[in-house]
Amino acid sequence: MPLKTYERPYLRKLNAGLGNKFGTRNSQVPVTEIDGVPVAKLMEEYGSPCFVLSEQTIRQTYRNAVRAFSTRYPKVQMAWSYKTNYLNAVCRIFHDEGSWAEVVSIFEYRKALANGVPGTQILFNGPDKSEDDLRTAVQHGSLIHIDHLDEVYLLSEILASEGLKARVALRINMDTGVYPLWDRFGFNYENGSAWTAVTKVMAQPRMELVGLHCHIGTYMLSAQAYAVASHKLCDLADEIRKQYQRRIEYLDLGGGFASGNTLKGSYLQGSDVIPTMDDYAEAITSTILQHPFAMSGEIPTLYLESGRALIDDAGYLLGSVLALKRLGDGRRATIMDFGVNLLFTSFWYEHRISPAQEYSSHHEDMVLYGPLCMNIDVVRENVSLPLLKRGDRVVVHRVGAYNMTQWMQFIQMRPNVVLIDRQGQVHLIRRRETVDTLNEMELTPLHLELGQGKPA
Amino acid sequence: MPEVLSALFAMNPMKISQNIAISENGFLFNPATGDSFSTNACGKEIIRLLQEGQSQAQILEALQREFEVDQASLEKDLADFLYMLGNYRLLDANAQ
Amino acid sequence: MSSGRTPCTVAVSGLNNIDSPGPGMPVIRALRESSNLEVRIVGLSYDSLEPGLYMHDLVDKSYQIPLPSAGTEALLERLKYIQSIEQIDVLIPNFDAELHNFIRIAPLLRDSLRIKTFLPDLADFDARHKAVLFEYGQQHGVLVPKSHTVFTLMEFHRALEANTYPVVVKGKYYDAQIAYSADEAVSAFYKISAKWGLPVLLQEHVRGTEVNVTVLGDGTGSCIGAVPMRKLYITDKGKAWAGVSIEDEALMQLSRTLIESARWKGPCELEFMRSEEGEYYLMEMNPRFPAWVYLACGCGQNHPEALVQMAMGYHPEPMTRYRVGHMFIRYSQDLIVPMEEFEKISTLGEL
Ligand SMILES: Cc1ncc(COP(=O)(O)O)c(C=O)c1O
Repeated sequence: MPLKTYERPYLRKLNAGLGNKFGTRNSQVPVTEIDGVPVAKLMEEYGSPCFVLSEQTIRQTYRNAVRAFSTRYPKVQMAWSYKTNYLNAVCRIFHDEGSWAEVVSIFEYRKALANGVPGTQILFNGPDKSEDDLRTAVQHGSLIHIDHLDEVYLLSEILASEGLKARVALRINMDTGVYPLWDRFGFNYENGSAWTAVTKVMAQPRMELVGLHCHIGTYMLSAQAYAVASHKLCDLADEIRKQYQRRIEYLDLGGGFASGNTLKGSYLQGSDVIPTMDDYAEAITSTILQHPFAMSGEIPTLYLESGRALIDDAGYLLGSVLALKRLGDGRRATIMDFGVNLLFTSFWYEHRISPAQEYSSHHEDMVLYGPLCMNIDVVRENVSLPLLKRGDRVVVHRVGAYNMTQWMQFIQMRPNVVLIDRQGQVHLIRRRETVDTLNEMELTPLHLELGQGKPA
Repeated sequence: MPEVLSALFAMNPMKISQNIAISENGFLFNPATGDSFSTNACGKEIIRLLQEGQSQAQILEALQREFEVDQASLEKDLADFLYMLGNYRLLDANAQ
Repeated sequence: MSSGRTPCTVAVSGLNNIDSPGPGMPVIRALRESSNLEVRIVGLSYDSLEPGLYMHDLVDKSYQIPLPSAGTEALLERLKYIQSIEQIDVLIPNFDAELHNFIRIAPLLRDSLRIKTFLPDLADFDARHKAVLFEYGQQHGVLVPKSHTVFTLMEFHRALEANTYPVVVKGKYYDAQIAYSADEAVSAFYKISAKWGLPVLLQEHVRGTEVNVTVLGDGTGSCIGAVPMRKLYITDKGKAWAGVSIEDEALMQLSRTLIESARWKGPCELEFMRSEEGEYYLMEMNPRFPAWVYLACGCGQNHPEALVQMAMGYHPEPMTRYRVGHMFIRYSQDLIVPMEEFEKISTLGEL
C-alpha cells in the first residue's frame, strides 16, 4: 500500500469569541508564481531570501497613477522619489515612463544624474544640502526646494559667488486635519513662517521663486487632506501673485499616497480602507482647478512625488522556514530566514504572507520571527498560516517601498534582488553581498595585520 | 517535574483520557472539561493509538508505516503534539 | 404560493442574540412576520456561539463568514461559495464593524453574485462618523454637540479652554466620561486614550433625556419609516432593557428632515438628546437597524420587510403611523443544543 502524504499532527482548541477559520482561507492560497515565473525556481537560482520586483506591475501602477491625474488635469509631472527605492533598474523604469527624479541627498542626486536624468528634471528636497551639494545642484540647473531660512542665505551666497541664478520652490507645512502634523520640514503656513520665507526669497535677485511644495505625510488615509493642502498652496500662490505680480509655475503636492499594506493596529485590511489613486487625484485637481489662483491665469503644473504607492505592490520577498518552536506559553513560533534586517516595514505593517506550496486546510496561529539574535526581530506578531515545516517557502507581499533602501546589514548580508521583465525574463539587479563586500571597506592598522607578531 | 514535562519525557505509555471522543471531521470533545478541539488525520491517528495504550516508540513505528515521513521530523512533531495534549490537559494526570 | 407572498431568500448577520444583542434576530423575526414576503433565512455568523445559529425555527441555514479584519477578498470568496449553494436575493449586514466592507463590495455582490443590498455609499457612511458629525448636522439642519478631535495633551488643553464644564471625553470607538473640571477631564483623557488610542473627542455636554429613532430611508429623499423610542431601563452594560414607543411630532419631523436632506439610503438609528430647553441634539447616527427594531414592527412598521422590498426594486409606501405606548422588554432564555451542532458549525462552517 502506498504511504499517505504526511502532514504533521495538529491540535487547535476551539475558543469561543475568536472568530472562525473560514475567514483565513486566503492566507492558505499558495502563491507559486510571480509574473509566470515559479517561486521555487527563483529561489533555487537566486537563493533564499531574495527580493523580486515585477516590471509589469511597476509600469501598470505608474500608468494608472498618470491616468488618474492627467485625465483630470492638463499639466502633470511625476518625479520618482528616490528614497523609496533607488535601485537603478527601478529608477530607470520610472524614468523610461516619463518620470523626473525627486532626491533628498547628494548621493541620490548623483544616482539620478547617472541614470540619465537631466539636472533640470531633478527636484532637490530635504533639510540636508551642504554648500557643495547646493553648488552642484545650481550648476546643473536643478529645482531647489528650500527647507529652512539658513538654506536661503547659503544658497544666496553660492549664487553670488557663482554668478548664477536658481529656480527655487519653498517647502510648506500645514495643518491638513491629519495627525501627526509634519511641521518640522519647510515653513509653516498657519503661523506665517511661509509668508516670511516668501518675502525673503522674493528679495533675492538671483532666486526665482517658481514653485510651492508640500509633502503632508506618508500613508495618508484621507484624500480630503490633499484637498486642504492644495487649497492652502493655492492661497499662498494667489497671495504671491497679488503682492508681487509673480506667477507660481508649479505646485508640488509631494507623495504620501497609501499602498495596500495593512497598518499594525488597523482592524480592516489596508486594501479595503485606502483611497484609490482616483480619489487622491480628484481631491487635488478639483481643488486647484476651482481655486481663483488657477482661474487667474495660466494654471500651474502639478508635480507629484509619490513613492510608496507606486512601488510597494511590485516588490516581493521570498524566504523560507528555518525552524519551528513552541514558546513558553505554548504558542507556535516559526523562524524565517528574513527578519527586520530586510523588512524594515514590518515595524509598522502587518505584511501579507502566503505559502508558496500547497497545504491542507488546517492552519495555526503563530509568531513569525526573523533570523537575528535580537528580540525585536519579529516579522508578524500573530499570523495564521498553514502547517509549515522547515524549508517551506513563503512569499511576502507589497515590500517594494522603503525596504530596499532601509534594509540593514546586521548579522546577515543583504540578499539578491531580481527583476522580472515584461517577457518573464529574470534579471539580477543587485548582487547578494558577501563577506568581501564588508571587508573591502575596512582598513586594518599595520600593527593589527596578521603575521606582524604580537602588537607591542 | 511539572506534569507536562514528565508526560513529555515519560518512556512508559502515556494515558489519554479514555472518554475523549473524536469525530470523522477531527472534532475532539473532552467531556471531563467541556473543552473542544480540532485535529487533523495524523493527530487523530496518534490519539487513537494512545487510547489503545501504545507507547511512544510503538506510535512512531506505526506512523512511519502509514505516512511518508522521515524519522527525525516525525519524532519532533510527535513530541510537540504530545506536549500540546499535555498543555491542554488531555493526558491522564494519574498515568505515571 | 398559497399565501400569495413573494418568496425570497434573505441573508442576515448579527445573530449574537446575547445580553447585549446584535440586531440580526430581531430583523429576522420581523421578516418572518411579513405579510408580503415568504422568506428563507440564511444566517451569517462570525462565531460558533452566536445563538441565532441554533434557532432553527427562525434561521433555515447558517454559514460562518470571515471576520471583517480578514478583508473583502476573503469575504467575497466565502460569499461566492455560499451563493453556489443558496440563492440569496438580499443581504442585510447588521454589525457596525462589517458595514464598511459590505458597502465596499455591494456593487460586486450585485453584479457577480446577484445578491442585493440596501446600503448607503461609502461617502454617506463616512459623513455621519462621530468625528465629523457636527459638520454633518450643520449641513442637514440638525443640532450636534460641538466636539474637538484631539491627538495630543496640548491640543486637549487648548480645546478645554474653549469649553464650559461639564464636558464629555469620548474614545475613538467607544467609551464616554463626563468631566466637571479640567483635572477630571485630563484624567479621562489619559484613561480613554490608553484604552482606545488616539484621537480622543472632547464634546460639549448636553443635559437631557435620551430618545432614539429607528429610521429607514429610500436613498432618494424619502423617509419610508420612523419609530421613536425612549429607553425605560438600561442594563449594567448600558443597553436597553426595556423601552416604549413615544409620540413626539417635533422629533419625528427632525428625523424625517435629516433623512430627506441627507438622502439617506438604508436603515439607521438616530440617537438624540432632548435638552432641558427642549432642543434635540443628535448624538450618534448608527447606519444599521438597532437591536430594538422589532419594536417598530410591533408598533405597525415593519422596517426590515420594507428594506427587502426596496432592495428587490419595489417602492413600498412610506409608513407614517405607528402605535404609541407599546413596550419592548428583553428577556433571555437558554437554548439546549447537542454538542454535534456546535461541532458542525465549528468544523464545517455550516449548520
Ligand atoms: C519630500 C518627499 N517627497 C516624497 C516622498 C515619498 O513619499 P511616499 O512614499 O509616502 O509617497 C517623501 C517620503 O518621505 C518625501 O519626504
